[in-house]
Amino acid sequence: MAIDPTQVPRFAHGSRVPGWDDAADLTKDPAVVPDPATTPVPQHVRVAIEAEMAQYPDVRSAAIPALHIVQDEHGWCSPTAIEQAACVLRLTPAYLTAVATFYDMFSTTPKGRHDVYVCTNISCSLLGADAIYQEMLSAAGDDPEFHVQSFECLGACDIAPMASVNGEYVGPLEAEDCGRIVDDVKAGREVLPDKQLRKRKVAVEHWKGA
Amino acid sequence: MEILYRDLDDPELATLDGYSKRGGYEMLRKALSMDPNDVLNEMLESGVRGRGGAGFAMGKKMSFIPRGTMDKYLVCNADESEPGTFKDRELIQKNPHLLIEGIVIGAYAIGANKSFIYIRGEYQHQADVLARAVEEARAAGYVGERVLGSDHTIDLVVHRGAGAYICGEETALLDSLEGKRGNPRLKPPFPAVQGLYKGPTLINNVETLMNVPVILRMGGAEYARIGTETSTGTKVVSVSGCVQRPGNYEITLGVPSREIIMDLAGGPPEGRSIKAWFPGGSSAPVLPGDDEYLDLPYDFDALAKAGSMLGSGAIIVIDDSISIVDVALKTAKFYRHESCGKCTPCREGTNWTVKMLERVQTGEATPMDLDIMASVQEQIIGNCLCVLGDAMAMPIGSMIKHFREEFEAHIEAAREANGLGAAIPQVNRARQAGPYPMLDPADVDPTAAVA
Repeated sequence: MAIDPTQVPRFAHGSRVPGWDDAADLTKDPAVVPDPATTPVPQHVRVAIEAEMAQYPDVRSAAIPALHIVQDEHGWCSPTAIEQAACVLRLTPAYLTAVATFYDMFSTTPKGRHDVYVCTNISCSLLGADAIYQEMLSAAGDDPEFHVQSFECLGACDIAPMASVNGEYVGPLEAEDCGRIVDDVKAGREVLPDKQLRKRKVAVEHWKGA
Repeated sequence: MEILYRDLDDPELATLDGYSKRGGYEMLRKALSMDPNDVLNEMLESGVRGRGGAGFAMGKKMSFIPRGTMDKYLVCNADESEPGTFKDRELIQKNPHLLIEGIVIGAYAIGANKSFIYIRGEYQHQADVLARAVEEARAAGYVGERVLGSDHTIDLVVHRGAGAYICGEETALLDSLEGKRGNPRLKPPFPAVQGLYKGPTLINNVETLMNVPVILRMGGAEYARIGTETSTGTKVVSVSGCVQRPGNYEITLGVPSREIIMDLAGGPPEGRSIKAWFPGGSSAPVLPGDDEYLDLPYDFDALAKAGSMLGSGAIIVIDDSISIVDVALKTAKFYRHESCGKCTPCREGTNWTVKMLERVQTGEATPMDLDIMASVQEQIIGNCLCVLGDAMAMPIGSMIKHFREEFEAHIEAAREANGLGAAIPQVNRARQAGPYPMLDPADVDPTAAVA
């Protein structure tokens, strides 16, 4: 079966991989460590990052905590967010971008404020996680506030199929729970209070009498 | 036998008061009154093996840390990302102080004065619980400068990761903790010699460190009597997949695997049978659901002898309603996504394995592809800096080995279903790489050039 190059799905920039060959503007100098005088950083962000820096023998260790802080502040690791973190850490934006692109929880493209990670790894998919993920996508629809992502094992296979909604683990999920998740998040309520992992007892107790 | 899981559900246990009421931090006092070498000897005597995956003797690992006054570090690996594993999550959430006590005692034994808990970023609630517990312990003087009036100083930082399976590998974890991309390092030098910030570093799993106060309480020799001769102690086993009662169960090492899957976890759903199971997380070679494998004692050596491994102690059960091709593809896709890309065999091997499995799924493959896939797996094993590539190669290789007929039957069925016509005749793709058929070698005399 020969491959027809015109049939290979490609992104708008002509590549089969999103963004890895985004053209760099070679007419510009590489970004240097941002100047504190011209880079406004919100006071609470600066304080939080400096508190992290104080915990480690080497300030670079605070890179991941700092990216968590600026991502919470800006919603995603935008150029502004990375510049602010770089300014406080005294590192180049390129260094922090390299770190941010490595980790799944950091997004260097705009995303919704509410993270819904649906686990689609082995244990969950054995129990129908792929259908739950599709259901979750359609439940969230094109609401820009939601960022639904299929995720690798989230470490909660006892409640498979499961999802992490803004960090709250819920499961086992059924198709109709997806709509409830969206409603609960929109209303600012606790997400699926009856299915939260943190309230679950150890397995021996949980299944007693089942 | 329940040691770590005793009273685990008591909500009080997560607080310092509740933990102290049950004899918490007594072992820390005892350790501080002992010589560090004696604490180390207890660990050696217990024979406890690492609970994170590799199963290396913990006491031995501790004894590799050089003596001296240089900056030494203890890192707790709580980046639990192995598919199927969720024991550390429950242990941290419900009994954080036991972990802290274990870390402080471990640090005392090796002379480390700075320690880190690297917890995966997705465990937000658990990280909060842990951070609160560390604050409580610090306020009570169990963590910080001159612990309980002794000479031992220990600082403890809870570091949240950000979602990368590879950061569970010890050297990648160190790179990530230093604020870099989580790429594994070349070994040697091993972390015990040159680890975090170039200092000697001890890295242990959550469950291993939680066993430290337990061993000190029981005495190493007494602890070694639990379990089998080479696999001592209890183990928290995470059972998931096609079972009726998934969850964490604490077992004595050496019990029959059948007991865990059938009795504790309730076995597969009504009317189904076990087709295959991962004995130790998705990185362990799968074993078929035959009686000879289910009767294996669940310990490090018995599983290794049967061609698999205990790994992180995560059993994933696959029942007969599941296609093994789907499981193989899921597994391979996971490793492709999580490969850091540093070593070529892993980066390319995971990618091409996924592509070949996709061809198997759509029916475009021939049985020859299974041989190529198996040879790709063989060429990944042992050729990378870390074992992530091996972790894909072993389960995929074992699936092809045990379930080859099913793969072949799937190819035929999918070919028919997708209307791809008659079966492609077997050709040796290793020799025929181009789009054109090779020249017929009949009228070429291979000896002509020799004369």
